[in-house]
Amino acid sequence: MAGKDLFQELKFRDPVRARALAEAIAREVDAIGRTVPVMHVCGSHEQAIARFGLRAVLPPGLELIMGPGCPVCVTDGPEVDEAVALALQGARVCTYGDMLRLPGTARSLADAQADGAKVEVVYSVSQAVELAQKHPEDEVVFLGSGFETTAVATAAVALASPPKNFSILSVHKYVPAAMNVVAESPQTNIEGYIAAGHAAIITGWGIFEPFAARTGKPVVVAGFEPLDILAAILQLVELMRQGKAEVANVYPRCVTKEGNLPAQRSLWKVFRPVTGTWRGIAEVRDGNLDLRPEYAHLDARKRFRIDTAPVRDEDAEEAAKGCICGSIMLGLANPGDCALFGKTCVPESPVGACMVSSEGQCRIWHTYGGVPDLRKVGT
Amino acid sequence: MDKPVAKIGLKHGSGGRAMRQLIEDVFLTLASPVDGIGLSALDDGAAIRVGDRWLVVTTDSHVVHPIFFPGGDIGRLSVSGTVNDLAMMGATEPLGLTCAVVLEDGFPRADLERVVASMRETAREANAPIVTGDTKVMGKDEVDGIVLNTTGVALAERVVSDAGLRAGDLLIVTGTIGDHGMAIMSRRHDLRLEGDLRSDVAPLNGLVREALRAGGEDVVAMKDPTRGGVAGVLHEMAAKGKVGIVIDETALPVRDEVRAAGEMIGIDPLLVANEGKAVIAVRARAADKVLAALRAHPLGASATVIATAIAERPGAVILDTGFGKRMLAEPEGELLPRIC
Repeated sequence: MAGKDLFQELKFRDPVRARALAEAIAREVDAIGRTVPVMHVCGSHEQAIARFGLRAVLPPGLELIMGPGCPVCVTDGPEVDEAVALALQGARVCTYGDMLRLPGTARSLADAQADGAKVEVVYSVSQAVELAQKHPEDEVVFLGSGFETTAVATAAVALASPPKNFSILSVHKYVPAAMNVVAESPQTNIEGYIAAGHAAIITGWGIFEPFAARTGKPVVVAGFEPLDILAAILQLVELMRQGKAEVANVYPRCVTKEGNLPAQRSLWKVFRPVTGTWRGIAEVRDGNLDLRPEYAHLDARKRFRIDTAPVRDEDAEEAAKGCICGSIMLGLANPGDCALFGKTCVPESPVGACMVSSEGQCRIWHTYGGVPDLRKVGT
Repeated sequence: MDKPVAKIGLKHGSGGRAMRQLIEDVFLTLASPVDGIGLSALDDGAAIRVGDRWLVVTTDSHVVHPIFFPGGDIGRLSVSGTVNDLAMMGATEPLGLTCAVVLEDGFPRADLERVVASMRETAREANAPIVTGDTKVMGKDEVDGIVLNTTGVALAERVVSDAGLRAGDLLIVTGTIGDHGMAIMSRRHDLRLEGDLRSDVAPLNGLVREALRAGGEDVVAMKDPTRGGVAGVLHEMAAKGKVGIVIDETALPVRDEVRAAGEMIGIDPLLVANEGKAVIAVRARAADKVLAALRAHPLGASATVIATAIAERPGAVILDTGFGKRMLAEPEGELLPRIC
């Protein structure tokens, strides 16, 4: 690619191009002639959509819905309980920042920390390994959360013979499984999907072809800049108008059809997909990534007897009454539909999981003001 | 309404919603009627009528970690902060400043002397004499190093409150935003960012004097965007003036280093503290004159119109990103860098 073209290609934040894309989307939606509900399955997409105010330029006939795309939100209460129990049993539990405030059945890791347990925020799994090297007297447990992207990093550490006092409590999840859940939900009416670019860097866009064929719905893989997202929506509505259930990739600068093969090899060498419960969604077939039996020595669930006898917290149960995170994650409701949103459930003291993480839809809508009709304000 | 909390947390000091709630619930019980602007106005300071002039008073306690940071230190911060609060009320000629210091047992004398030298220099720069003070020492771990309180008094012919906005007014920021907060965060979290992240801490009374000379009565509101950043100030001005505010994000002056650091750690420069900037609201007809006067001053070289007050959506702050529009949330609590 010539230098000048490359520069043009890299102008991901050009408002003039954005307007042209938005107009083209409006023409396609007009041609379809009815409201079209599409879903993006990624918290980072929602971040960018909200941050740049993209909904205000999209035509009213396009319903852009966020799916279960935040790994923190879908981590289940009992999974948090396991980490809390390990911390209270004396292990040094390390995890990514947002996981700290995620409510368990009764307590969060932050609560355990306040009770004196050793809970530490790490920026990467290798930092957890460093902590294990630095504290040979402690059992260091890494609470591994996130989708393919972070699971690959966890796998790499597992393959690199970490210290004996290091183990992994995997609550990793697998993105394609989430799309199946939405597509198979009887209440869903989604007509097209935008898939997460970063996860597709690992898995490749080809992985969505069976999904598109089975559901009859198009899938477009997208990056995270505003123009990436608008281009993906345009591609999606074009495919919908043409009635094509195909997979398109508008993120070719990062995503190939096959994906990152060495990363996939590491991922599947260490992990296997198992059916597990996702918060608010119930069971997801092949949705969780568990350590394979060959890595039992690194598996905190195999190494320790984790006593998660439920501790009831009546205050927390009372507070959680009316929380509709499950419906929000399935794209059946908006944060604004929840009676708790912005009132008893705020980022400082989240009631539901979607208010915890910076990738959670309630948190994003709280930060960026949701979707008021701002198309004509101040113009 | 949030349930009242039993204990005070860090968020109650961060300049956002939680702090405002605490002030309204607890400290406003201290307010009593005054001829002028009193505690209940929640402005940068008080203005008490004395004959045909106004006695402007403000006070501020300063804590910052680390106490020496790129571009400044707690001494420069403590003088600038109080001089700026006076200036934002229209009082650009301080009569005097007080200085109360609380030190922790074991605080290095050399550091104290360095802080005091910085205060002396900043006071001279602002033409704001320090006229009285107080010293206390507390036990080890009873206070974190050093707390500096400064109080300032000044006389003013006209007081500029922060509630004077009307639809059609333009909002000017006097320079690049986010510099102080991003420099502090970068140092505090040891982000090791490339580039020159430096605090903008400076006394602004000279700059504000020029704006008032040029704009006169058409300068209708002023505020320095410290904790809570420009976003916090605009929310306050929108609420008090009962107008909506639309920010043009593409016009915001942000240094490349600050923008890059913000993108990296997931913190919007609009929410980040400044210690040498003012948001000045003017009637539209005076905008060019005020801008020219600001830009002629060394501290106002990159002054820019960033927002417009509108009649719709009173109390709301709307951000036009260049792509679309969204609501700009009120700053909430402590700013924490994104983890992953």
